[in-house]
Parts: sequence; structure tokens; C-alpha cells
Amino acid sequence: MAVATQTPEEGVGVKKISRNSTLLRIFRYVVVRLFTLFITIVIGIYLTIVIANMGGYVDQIMRSEINDRITQSFAANPATQQMDPAVRKKLIQEKIALEEKRLGLNTPIAIRNARYLSNALLLNLGRAINMTSDSGSKQVRLIILERLPATLLLMGTSQLFLFFSSIFIALSLSRNYGNIWDKVVIALSPTSAVPPWFYGIFLILIFSAALKILPFGGMVDSPPPPNTFDYSISVLKHLILPGFSLVISSFFISVYNYRTFFLIYSSEDYVDMAKAKGLPSRDIERTYILRPTLPTIITNFSLIIITLWTGALFTETVFLWPGLGRTLFRAIGLYDIPIIVGSTIIYAYLLAMTVFLLDFVYALVDPRVKIGQ
Amino acid sequence: MNTLRNAFKKLLQYPSAIVGLFVIFMLVAVAVYTMVTIPYSEAIRLWRGGEEVWYQNPKFAPPAWINLFSSSKYSESFAVNTSDRQMVKKVTSGNGGTSTIEMSYAFDFSYDVYPQEMILYLTTTFLEKQPFVSIELLTPDGRKIRVGNFAIGREFTYRFSQDEKLRTKLRAEDVIPALFSMPGTDVPLKGEYELLITGITFEPDSDINVDFILHGQVFGLAGTDHARRDLTLPLLWGVPVALAFGLLASMGTSILTMIIAAVGAWYAGWVDELIQRITEVNLVLPFFAILIMIGTFYSRSIWVILGATILLSIFTGAIKGYRAIFLQVKESMYIEAARAYGASNPRIIFLYLIPRMIPLLIPSLVQSIPAFVFLEASLAVIGLGDPVLPTWGKIIQDANSNGALYKGYYYWILEPAVLLMITGLAFAVLGFALDRIFNPKLRDI
Repeated sequence: MAVATQTPEEGVGVKKISRNSTLLRIFRYVVVRLFTLFITIVIGIYLTIVIANMGGYVDQIMRSEINDRITQSFAANPATQQMDPAVRKKLIQEKIALEEKRLGLNTPIAIRNARYLSNALLLNLGRAINMTSDSGSKQVRLIILERLPATLLLMGTSQLFLFFSSIFIALSLSRNYGNIWDKVVIALSPTSAVPPWFYGIFLILIFSAALKILPFGGMVDSPPPPNTFDYSISVLKHLILPGFSLVISSFFISVYNYRTFFLIYSSEDYVDMAKAKGLPSRDIERTYILRPTLPTIITNFSLIIITLWTGALFTETVFLWPGLGRTLFRAIGLYDIPIIVGSTIIYAYLLAMTVFLLDFVYALVDPRVKIGQ
Repeated sequence: MNTLRNAFKKLLQYPSAIVGLFVIFMLVAVAVYTMVTIPYSEAIRLWRGGEEVWYQNPKFAPPAWINLFSSSKYSESFAVNTSDRQMVKKVTSGNGGTSTIEMSYAFDFSYDVYPQEMILYLTTTFLEKQPFVSIELLTPDGRKIRVGNFAIGREFTYRFSQDEKLRTKLRAEDVIPALFSMPGTDVPLKGEYELLITGITFEPDSDINVDFILHGQVFGLAGTDHARRDLTLPLLWGVPVALAFGLLASMGTSILTMIIAAVGAWYAGWVDELIQRITEVNLVLPFFAILIMIGTFYSRSIWVILGATILLSIFTGAIKGYRAIFLQVKESMYIEAARAYGASNPRIIFLYLIPRMIPLLIPSLVQSIPAFVFLEASLAVIGLGDPVLPTWGKIIQDANSNGALYKGYYYWILEPAVLLMITGLAFAVLGFALDRIFNPKLRDI
């Protein structure tokens, strides 16, 4: 996760503003902001829908696929083999028309796109075209909900661990920068150019293939252990490698970025002033370094929370982890537009909500920031 | 120019940057060498080729140099034939147009692991009467194993391990281990073996030629994959592909981002507003999902993916960072001066605004290269790599889908992985050093 290292906007607040105009300003800001965010989402989702059917190209693929499948099933079925060719042809045509109607292929693409868009915006996720959940449902909501815990477990543990450990370590490094650990972190930070799934392959090679102490992939032993305790132990064992590869691939750059960020803030004059006053270093850290960096830290944290939603597509694929990333990948392979759109719209709403709320959070934690200025 | 020269001097103070530069230089050299020695069309012909191209190689063979590190030695592969005098061939003419052709090949076998297979490809020329061939193997302890006799057509392939008659004669489970060990034992017998092929032809112009192929357990510099392909080909060709993809994507992205940010900052008003809104829309778009959709539905060509990657990577957070700096630069005196003498808008943007940012552009450009190199590999690993090009990612995908890690073919994954890692780290290390040199905020910390 990249860390923004810019200073917060320095809004020079004019003191004498009446209460009324403040409310009005905030109200106007909220309306304008929500409106632009909504338009952004509409355009983003519409583009996704258009790309998801390649401007109608996917329809052709689906049509020929339906055609093949139904003709094949008629040719293979002994009951229909004996039929009069004309009758059979008519039956095939009817079946194809029915199937196309089920998938909505008989309505023009523009109308279908508009329908996808409005349904998505209303969070009416609808039914999947080809995929089913493990429990057998075709509801997009259920398919996504079924995979959500797996992704939250993997991404949640790794990203939260990464976030808190890197801030903690970065603080202690910035306290005495230039020491050996600081140099080690600087030297190792380029290793974060390597994506997590790549570390995953090496970890599988070492711990699963060579040492044979951890499983190759999946989320739980097969067959799953019957009692809850063994089950959780098994899940934990499966979690170690993917979780560790997600952490290790961004750990050093994350620590480096936070460390640099804290160092920039601790070279401010008011920190020197506080040191000269003889304040204890813990107080200096809390009041003069962490406080002004809070907006950035909160931004990073909230971005982490919403990226949990997208899952880790490649890492999940390498470790056969049944999360949302892999579901999305499978959905694309099966031309399942409702799932693609469903996953995108939820991400978009989460992102918009976060962006919107962050403005207020900034104003709360940083008195220099005023909403709508 | 001077700043660049100074920067280069400073760069040499970072040992890691020197290593990075050296590795990049080597990679470029290898890329050029590869493209010269194995032209594109040839590389694709070989990579897409099946059994007819690669029949001489064993399957799943690790590189030959693992014998240096392993206590039990794996037999090495070789292929020899009579047409270019690698095998001894002696023709003695008899009466009535018949002649005897004696071919022999002595080879040293001092390994601890049996070879996979031995194959003879016999080609003959005759008009009516088929030549007759008998095959024998001389073992180091002086035994002479009669492998078989048969009349052969114009083309004949003899696989030792598939010969049921020979298997019964040797009273063994498998032919190859039985040939290479003392009867009744299952340890390889080391020493010099000699393959004797005696052919009799019955016409004056009739001739026999032999390709003798031994599929060992190890092969060449890089080993082979499930389709007997020599892995040096994709490993070598992976270099130019990775470099081209990484460099083009990062240059395209950084330069376009910078130009668009400059245009937005300079014209302000609705242009700026539009760029900001596009950036926000782009944040909502799922990057990987779109790339995968393009790969699945439309085209897996590396150039299409490259174009899509650049398009999706232009309008990101970086544009906001550049814009903020351009807004500052816009107010400086020399821009004022340029305006005063009547410089046109494009002139100001391209000659006065953008050059000021090059020091900031270089580190971020170099630092973004590894991400794109790995992006290509990532897409290949989930099966969306370019279908014709031999690349590192394709090797990993082949290895993964053939269960290389489960079955212990570690070389198959490690070779491309190590190369990817070296390439990625070289650029990352260099970019990191450049960042510390050019970024004034980081100068002292």
C-alpha cells in the first residue's frame, strides 16, 4: 500500500464566520460532493458494463455457445435422435430462443446495459448467469457473501497486521534513524517491487514442497475436520503462507514510507521547540508527530479497509484460496456480467463513501482543515 | 544536462545502484543477443513446435548442471546420427549387390540414475527389398545384449522401452534399467557402453542412416518442460519481452501522465476539471478485472494488454501529485517571462513546464518498471499470457499447471522466477537510489 507523503492542505480559516454560513457552506459542499461522486460511480459502472460485454462482442460468443450446447444435447439425446428432422429443428430453435431469453440476449444491448446500470446502482444485484454458489444459489448476493469471509480472513489478517506493525516499527525507526535496523529496512525496501503471489511460489516451494510442513493451498484440509477446534487449526495452517506472502511483499516499503513520512514531520520547527522545552519523547511523538500525520494515516487505513473487498486475485489463484478475487476471475471466464458488475458496484460505493467521509474526518482531526473551502 | 551528469555521479555513490545498472546492462545485452541469434519468427516456430521439433529432448529434465550439486549423478541426454559422422559407419560390399553396414557408437555411462528412454530413428533408401537390421548393446562387463532384429521400411522408429519382446528376454519390469545394470541387480553399471547396429542391404544403392537419441534425466543449460521444449528458448526470449513490456508501459504511463497533468495545470478551467473527474472515474474501475476481461473476451496479444495497461494507468493518483507541482511551477518568474515574450501554450507546456519535471519523472519511471514486468508475468500465470510469445510468465504457468511444485520439478519454476526477481530488483534498486538523489525531501533522511 503506497503511503501518501504530502502535508495536509493548509486551509487558512477566517475566524469570524457566523454559525449560519458555516452550516450553509457544509450543506452546499455535501450536495455538490455527493452529486459528483454519484456521477463518477455512474460513469465508472457504465464503463465496466460496456467492457464486460465488449460492446456486444460477448453476446456473439454467448449466442454461439448456446447454439452449440443445445444442438449437441439434441444430437446426444437418444429420445430426440429418432425425431423427424423438421420437428427437431423447430424444437432446437425454440430451446435456443428460450435460453437466449433467459440470459436476456433477446433485448437490445443498450437496454440491457441500462438495466444492469440501474439495478447495480440500486444494489439490486440480481442473479448470476452461469455461476452458482456452493450452496446452489444463483443469487449474486449469496455468491459474493459466501466468498466474503475467506477474503476477509486472508486480507484482513494480513493487511491489518501489515498496517499496525509497519506504523509501530516505523515510529521506533524514526526515533533513532540511521541505526543498523534503519539501514536494513532501507536496503530491503526495493524487494517490495515483487508481488505477493511471487513470494507465494517461493514459500510454497520451501515450506510445502521441500520441508512438507505446511499445505500447498486451499483453505482447509480435505475432508474438513469435524470439530470446530481442529477446523480452525486447519484454516490457520492454510492461512500462514498466503498471509505471510501478502505481508512480506509490502512490509519493507511500507515501513520505509512511514518512517520517511514521520521523519519529515519530526524535522518541523515545533518538534525542535518541544525538544528544547525538554518534553519527554513519548509526549513529543504523540502530540507533535502522530497528531499532524493522523489524516494521512486514517486515509491509508480506510483505503486498506476498502481494498480488503477486492481480494487478492493472483495470490488467491496461486494458493487456491476460495476468495472474492478468484470468484471474480471465474466470473469473467464464464461471461457472468452480473457478478462482475456486482463486485464493482460494491467497491465503488465503498470507495465513494470513504472518500466522502474522509473529508469530514480530516476536519475533525485537523483544525486547520475546513470543509468546503 | 549538468544536473543529469551530477545525478549520475551521485548515483555511483550507491553500490546497490551500480549493481542494478550492471544487471540492467547485462539484460539489455542478452536481449540484443537473443533477438539477433534467435529471430522472432524462429523463436515462435520453436516455441509452438511439437514433437517433430523437440523429439530429441527428454521430458521434465532438469538442467545438466544440477549434477554438480547432487551426490547421485543424473544421466545426461545426447543425440547422435550417422549423417554428420558423429557415429562410426562402415560399409562393406558383398556379392550380388548386398552390403553390410556397421554402425557403432560408444558412450560413457557413469551416472547413478537411469536414462528415461533410448530411441533409434532409422531412415533407409531402397527400391524394392527392405534392408535388415540387428541391434546389439555391448556392456562394460563384456556382455553382448541382443536387442532385436527386424526388416525396416523407409522410416522406422525403435523405442527401447516399448519393446515387449526385449522386456521378456531381459526378464525385467522395465527395459532401460535392465539394460544399464548387471542382471539381477538394480544399481546402474558404470562404464563404456557401445551400441552396435548391423544392417544388411540387398540393393546396390541402398543405404541406412541412424539417429540415436538417449533421453537422459538432465538436459542442457536450462532443462526441458512437459513438451520436451528446451527452456533456454523462453528464458532467453523472456528477457526482451519483459524489458520491452516494462519499459514501454512505464514510459508510456509516466510520460502521458506528465503531459496530461501539465496540460490540465496550464489551461486550468474545464480542462483541469475534466482531467480530475476522469481520474476519479478511473479510481472506481477495477484495474485487474478489466485487464482480465480484455484478455478473456478480446485479445491476449501482449500489445493489446500493453495498451490497456497504459490507458488504465495514466489517470491515477500520480496525476494529482504532478498537477500540484505544475501549479507551483506555473507561477514562477521564467514562465511569466515566457508569457511576456508571447510564447504559445504548447511551447510553454513542452519546453518550459515539462522539462522542469524530468528529475522527478526519472525515478518514478524506473521504479514503476518492476510492477509492469511482474504484471505481464501475473497475467501469464493466471492463463492470460500472450499465446504465441515465449515469456517467463508462460514458463511459470506451464510449470504450475503441470504441478511442478508437487512433483518436484523445482528448476522449472525457479529459473524464470529467479530471472524475474533479478530483473525486478535491478530496476527497483536503481529507481530507489534515483529517488533519493532527485527527491529533495529525502536528501538527508
